[in-house]
Order: sequence, then C-alpha cells, then structure tokens
Amino acid sequence: MKINKKLTRRDNNINAYVFLAPYLILFTIFIMIPIAMAIILSATNFNTLKFPDFIGLMNYVNLITQDEIFMQYVLPNTITYALIVGPGGYTLSFLIAWALAQLSKVPRTILALVFYSPSITSGVAMNVLWRILFSGDQTGYINAWLIKLGIITEPVQWLTGSSYLLTIMIIVALWSSMGVGFLAILAGILNQDETLYEAAAIDGVKNRFQEVIYITIPTMKPQMLFAAVMAIVNAFQNGMIGVQLSGSNPTPGYAGQLVVNHIEDYGFIRYEMGYASAVSVILLITVYAFSKVSKGLFTEKGY
Amino acid sequence: MARYRKSNINPKRFDISQIKIILIILPLALFMLLPIVFIFSHAFKPMDELFAFPPRFFVVRPTLDNFYKLFKATITSAIPIGRYVFNTLLVTLAVVIGSVFFSTLAAFALSKLKFKGKHALMEINNAALMFVPVAVMIPRYLIINALGLTDTYWAMILPVVAMPVCLFLIKQFTDQVPGSLIEAAYIEGASDFKVYRKIVLPLIKPAVATGAILSFQQVWGDIMSSSYYISNEALRTLPFYMNTLTSTNNTIAGQGMAAAAGLIMFVPNLLLFIILQSNVMNTMAHSGLK
Repeated sequence: MKINKKLTRRDNNINAYVFLAPYLILFTIFIMIPIAMAIILSATNFNTLKFPDFIGLMNYVNLITQDEIFMQYVLPNTITYALIVGPGGYTLSFLIAWALAQLSKVPRTILALVFYSPSITSGVAMNVLWRILFSGDQTGYINAWLIKLGIITEPVQWLTGSSYLLTIMIIVALWSSMGVGFLAILAGILNQDETLYEAAAIDGVKNRFQEVIYITIPTMKPQMLFAAVMAIVNAFQNGMIGVQLSGSNPTPGYAGQLVVNHIEDYGFIRYEMGYASAVSVILLITVYAFSKVSKGLFTEKGY
Repeated sequence: MARYRKSNINPKRFDISQIKIILIILPLALFMLLPIVFIFSHAFKPMDELFAFPPRFFVVRPTLDNFYKLFKATITSAIPIGRYVFNTLLVTLAVVIGSVFFSTLAAFALSKLKFKGKHALMEINNAALMFVPVAVMIPRYLIINALGLTDTYWAMILPVVAMPVCLFLIKQFTDQVPGSLIEAAYIEGASDFKVYRKIVLPLIKPAVATGAILSFQQVWGDIMSSSYYISNEALRTLPFYMNTLTSTNNTIAGQGMAAAAGLIMFVPNLLLFIILQSNVMNTMAHSGLK
C-alpha cells in the first residue's frame, strides 16, 4: 500500500539530516568543540604564542593546592552566590508565579511584566542603574537616604570597598532572576487541570499549602525542572556582575570574584589559557552537577 | 455531595478574594519596579538635578539634554553613531533570523521525522540547556581566530545562532502539531520541506515568536563579542560603544548620558516582550523538561 511504503521510507529519512544540518554544524563548532577544547587545553600549559605543552593534571593540582585566590575568595564567593541566587531566585519565582496565577488576566499580565522586566536589563542598563544608586560618595542615592534616616553617618563604599560587594551582587541577581524559568512556571500553573483540584478536595486536601505540595508541584514537574535548569545556568552565567558593578577585574579585595571572573582574569588578562580552561571545565562540571541534582528532584520516576 | 471549593487558579474575572493577593504582591512588585523607574527618571534629568544634593529619585523638570549630549558625544568620536546602530541592527537581525530559522528546521526534524540518532540528538540538546557560554569564552575565541572570523560580523553572529533553549522550546511546541495533519499532507504527496513550510511553520508561530525574543535578548545588549572578537572600531555594536562611553565618562554628566544610553538599550527589549508576551506564555506552557 502507498501509505505503508511512505512510512518505511520515513523510518530513516535522509532529509532529516538536511533539516538538522545548519543547526548542528553551528552547535558543533561553537558549543561541542569549545567544550572538548576546554577539556584538552586544561591539560596543557598554553600562553597563545607557543604551541601548548602537555602537563597532565597539573593545572587542576595547582588550582586546588596553589591558587590561594581561588580557594580563599573565588570558590567561597561562588558557592555563597550560587546557593542563594539559584534556589532563592527559584523559590521566589515559584511563589510569585503561584500568587499571580490566582489573579485575573489583566492584573496578572501587568504584574508578570513587572517581575520579568528586570531580567532583561542586562549590560548597559545594569551598569548605569546600580552604579549610580550605590555610588560611594554622599551623592549616591542609597548613601543619601541612609544618612537622612540617620542609619549611617559616613557614606559607605558600597561597590568599591570589599565589605558589601557580594551582598549587593546577590540582591541585584535576585532582582533580575525572574526570567524564562519564571514564565515557564507561571504558564505551567495556569495550564493545570481544574478537575485535579476537585478530586483532591474530595480526597481531603484542606488548604492551599497542601494543594501546592500535593497537586501543583507534582503535576508540573517538567516545567519545574526546566525552570530549575534555567535558574542554575543564569546564576553562573551572570557571573560578570561583580566586575560590572565595581568596574574592575579583579574586584576590590576579590570580594566579588566569581569563577567566571577568574577565567577571564587568567585567560584574557594573564593569557594563561591552559589554566583558565581548567577553571572553565570545573565550572561546566559544577553546572552539570547542579542540574543533575535538580533532575533527581523533579523526574517522574520518583513518584 | 462534597462541596467543592474552586481552586482559584486562572480565574476568569476579578473578585474580592484576589485583593489580598494583590496586597501581598504589590510591595514586592514596587520594589522590583523602582530601579526600572529610576532608569527612566534619571535619563530625563537636567544637569542641576543630576548634581542635586540631596539626590532626588524622580525627575522634576524632564528634558532631553542627556540624549542630545549622547548624540553630540558620538559626533566627535571617529565613527558616526549611525554606524554603531547599523552594526547592532545587522547583527541582531542576522542572529534572530538565523536562530529561529535553523531551530525551526531542526525542531521539525526532531519532532516529526524519523531517522537514526534522533533520540541521542535530543538528549544532547537537552544536556546543552545546561551549557554556560561564558565558560568556553577562551576556546570560542581560539576557534574564531582559527576560522579567520576575527574582525568580521560573522564573529558576532555565528557563535550565538545555535541556541539550545530556542531549539528545545520550539521542538516541544512542534510536538503539539497533530500527526494526522502531517500524515494527510504526505499522502497528498507533499515533500518534507513543503510540510515544514505550509503546515508546521504556520502552526508553531507562538514558538517562533518566543525563539525570536530569546535570541534577541541574548544578542541585543551583548558587549562581550564586540570586545573579544572585534578590534576594528567600525564593526563594533551600539551597546559596546555606549558602555565605553559611559564607563570612561564616570562623571555626573556621564551619568546622565549613561542613563539615556541604558534607556535606549532597554526600551526595544521591553516593547518586543510586551507585543509578544501572549505567544511567549503559550510556548512556555509546553516547556516541560523530563
């Protein structure tokens, strides 16, 4: 029969590779090969001028045993930053999305826009905004307010000193954390099946909290996982904000130095590309590990 | 019969019970909004208000001075501002069109065609959702060098066209297109490309819009590719230029210009999202990752 013939032809449709080719070629050149190169370069000593020498795991050994800045500042900073911004931003996204889902369309759309818009103020806007608000002299907005309220008497060096930089970075990152993942959660909640809630009410689910725990979250695990991955990637991807806020790499007293800045510092300022690649590999593994953990939390198999 | 209390999710219209949610969420919303309001307000402040002590949050007498100054500063620079605007528009447009077109093609194949290695490819792309581009800035730099792309528009375009999130969302959405529709087209004798063009593409418009907005956001404000891969000033983009302008002029006058520049970069982004937001929400409903 004609249909059957079509189907067998389409069991291994060569055309599919043509459709995939443009994406796959770019994906390979700019995502796969760079990852492979990072792994290979991480085992070398490479200063961009001479051909890389193979030095095995020395970069990793040095990273752990010799690099005081990494161990003392970069690693603790990154862990603190990622643990607060990742899960914190994620929880905030969920709570806000859940609250917004209970509103009717117009106020919900307006408020969703308000929460989403900080996530798109990247680059220039970010620089302007926070550097002016947290400016270190008494004309800085935050300083002026706090002095007026009598909380402080002297202007505080918010961004150019080392005491508050990391805290401010975390606040800014949380402020801008309601991006794509937030929208996914909101859409997920809005598309839930009303009858599930009816059934649960009959089964004795009494309050909103129980509803969230037993119905809302379990029925939208795939969206929750997608949002979690987005939250993790964002937390690490935005690693440049310390440098953006303080205006220097390294950041003052290494207070806002995150893994990403360390890579840039070694790669593009000192040209120790091999060493910087080792740091990159550690970063990629960390993100992957975090994502795997969240996958464990949200896959269907557990239930 | 058990009396069923409605879940209150996605209510059709406003009622009193929603007021308490608005009351809780409003202070938080205002906190989120304040910095954005500040960019708007600051960009329109005249010189004496930028200098004012104590500083004032809201603009009192709005003027366009900062925008004039910004454009005047660009006249004295070697490259006219039109060139930066052109570069930015060219790069942004190329990336958006490229990533949406390539992603829809790939999504169609992954979702509707049968071929060997399909499952593995989808798994690889899902793993790539966790990919952090800044981690591989060094190998990317070396590859762009090796390909001879340094100091060309391609260096700013090609690395960001393949966007795993974009493909993932479009593929998930394409899964919703009924197989029977496609089957019918094949029986009529349509080619794969024709099915993609005439049936799938029109039905996945919301996902196309979402893909477009995500790739736009990624490339529009990007400073890094201009600074790493480009040394010819005439090829650099507007955000890069504004960033150098505002970080080298860290005076009060510079602040006003910086705010104006920030606003110019932010507004198109916001408008695009407002226009396409219902499409984005529609796509996000299918964003589940298993």
